[in-house]
Amino acid sequence: MILAALFFYLFAGVCVASAFMVIAAKNPVHSVLFLILAFVSASGLFVLLGAEFLAMILIVVYVGAVAVLFLFVVMMLDVDFAELRQGFLNYLPVGALIGALVLVELLLVVGAWVIGAGVPKTITAPIPPMDAITNTEALGLVLYTRYVYYFQAAGIVLLVAMVGAIVLTLQHRARVKRQDMAAQVRRTKAEAMEVVKVRSGQGLT
Amino acid sequence: MSPIVEMPALLPALPEILLVVGAMALLMVGAYRENSVQLVNGCAFALLVLAALVVYALPSGRIVTFGGGFVLDDFARVLKILTLAGSAATIALARDYQAAERQEKFEFAILILLSTTGMLMLISAADLIALYLGLELMSLALYVVAASNRDSIRSTEAGLKYFVLGALSSGMLLYGASLIYGFTGTVNFAGIAKAAGQGGLGLTFGLVFLFAGFCFKVSAVPFHMWTPDVYEGAPTPVTAFFASAPKIAAIAIFVRAPITAFPEITPQWQQIVVFVSIASMVLGAFAAIGQRNIKRLMAYSAIGHMGFALIGLAAATPEGVQGVIVYMGIYLAMTLGTFACILSMRTSHGLVENISDLAGLARTKPGMAFFLATMMFSLAGIPPLAGFFAKYFVFLAAIKAGLYALAVIGVLASVVGAYYYLLIVKVMYFDEAAEPFERMPGLLKVVTGVTGIFVLLFFVYPAPLVSAAAAAAKSLF
Repeated sequence: MILAALFFYLFAGVCVASAFMVIAAKNPVHSVLFLILAFVSASGLFVLLGAEFLAMILIVVYVGAVAVLFLFVVMMLDVDFAELRQGFLNYLPVGALIGALVLVELLLVVGAWVIGAGVPKTITAPIPPMDAITNTEALGLVLYTRYVYYFQAAGIVLLVAMVGAIVLTLQHRARVKRQDMAAQVRRTKAEAMEVVKVRSGQGLT
Repeated sequence: MSPIVEMPALLPALPEILLVVGAMALLMVGAYRENSVQLVNGCAFALLVLAALVVYALPSGRIVTFGGGFVLDDFARVLKILTLAGSAATIALARDYQAAERQEKFEFAILILLSTTGMLMLISAADLIALYLGLELMSLALYVVAASNRDSIRSTEAGLKYFVLGALSSGMLLYGASLIYGFTGTVNFAGIAKAAGQGGLGLTFGLVFLFAGFCFKVSAVPFHMWTPDVYEGAPTPVTAFFASAPKIAAIAIFVRAPITAFPEITPQWQQIVVFVSIASMVLGAFAAIGQRNIKRLMAYSAIGHMGFALIGLAAATPEGVQGVIVYMGIYLAMTLGTFACILSMRTSHGLVENISDLAGLARTKPGMAFFLATMMFSLAGIPPLAGFFAKYFVFLAAIKAGLYALAVIGVLASVVGAYYYLLIVKVMYFDEAAEPFERMPGLLKVVTGVTGIFVLLFFVYPAPLVSAAAAAAKSLF
């Protein structure tokens, strides 16, 4: 148990520290690298909870795809982050005030939760007990059946995001020549070639 | 645990399925066929009408499916039909605008369809996950259509502003939802209602954050700041859309969530709704006075009207909910009629948006001036037009529930608001004529005529909307 607690504090500490460094680092590339560290330690927390499937998904999706995409964007866009930070000090008091308010609210809520001991009894567990099947199986049992509505709805949300990105960025340039595979394949000998008999000494008119 | 799980019933969600499948089919048509904008628009309009018919034809009573995440009751039926009518009218309004402004994009109709699907899901949502997914599906498409005129700086600014603030409000809503889940142990509205008695402080916090998200979507004070800029910057048909269908869906969930999930702590959320309602009415009435741009004016008018509609929710009684539904139905007609007139404000130089451009309209175009004046009188709430009855029902519910101060402030705010509505009438009828507008396109005439006659003659036969709203309100309690 002590070992588990030790690892919990290790992962949690690294997670919070690297999350802080994401916003504090001067170099945006370092920020993204710290973000990856935060994701990895969060997935460590999932492993400690016994949710190894979520841990692996976090690594594959967030570290493997999202964070690397971020890195590409940061490197390619060449945003002047020093300039973006100019107003940081001006907004600091307001930001700190809101942050403090949210923190107080969180503390109040956590306090109420610890005191209100009757709360966890109402929790309904839709998944079978952990020792009967693994959590990956448990997710698979409900994802496409019980939760098919949410699954499909999330899919449509992503479809809208894709359509939106294309609507807002795709440009049809009129003068650019495009390759049309179908038209190329459809060409026949009759329309593509012309056989001309050339008489010697007269050339083509 | 047997691995075989029963498939949920799909029939209650037939309108949503119809819209999504239709939207995907039209996406293919639009992508692979040249010059298919008119075809896609026509099909999208037909699909929305068909979905409304399907909603009407679905078996009656309260049907719950998808593990309690989707509910079809009379409340959902009435509001879904209103929403679908708003979306269909938007597609009709957009046709001539897109042709004239050279913004013919088939994706517009498809995004409207998908956004409408999100609204229907939102109206039927019976748990927090379905609520969030419906809300995001609706909003994401709205952000894109707000920026759809991407060569215009104002349109892209409107889209970006709406997106950033919308993401913030979604974050707050999610935070609230996670608190509610943490304190009740369930995301289902019925389950939350059962556990709410022992929730205490944390649950109230969650509720406040949830309400913040709702207030943003209905553009109620203090989360209204995006409204004037987005209304002004977005292309006018998109503004008409923002003002109609999404408002109905957002009000629907604003009513459904507290009444079905938090009946135990009604006095707590009642205070919040009373505050939001008063602040919206007052700000809508006073801030609109100085506006010169008619789209900005309509934005403040929308803020004010959302305040009036929320009076019904503040009452937290079946009469109050009935008032909200009647209000939204009449507001939909008034908004669409007004925007049909705004879309006809086209001189030889293109579209104009200032109130001064309407000067002397009664001489140059008496028909349009008459209908626009009708809409303005109705928005101001002058009897016997429909807008008066909308306000009458919510104020009556507030007085029956003992909220006298709220009702009195509401009446005072509507008196202040009447000033700027009547100012437009004065400009149209008594000022020197400005440059005359071009001919009104046929479709806009149809929308103006239908909504105008509805607003004018509502008092003759109000029974369909009022009795449908009464049945819908009963199904919530």
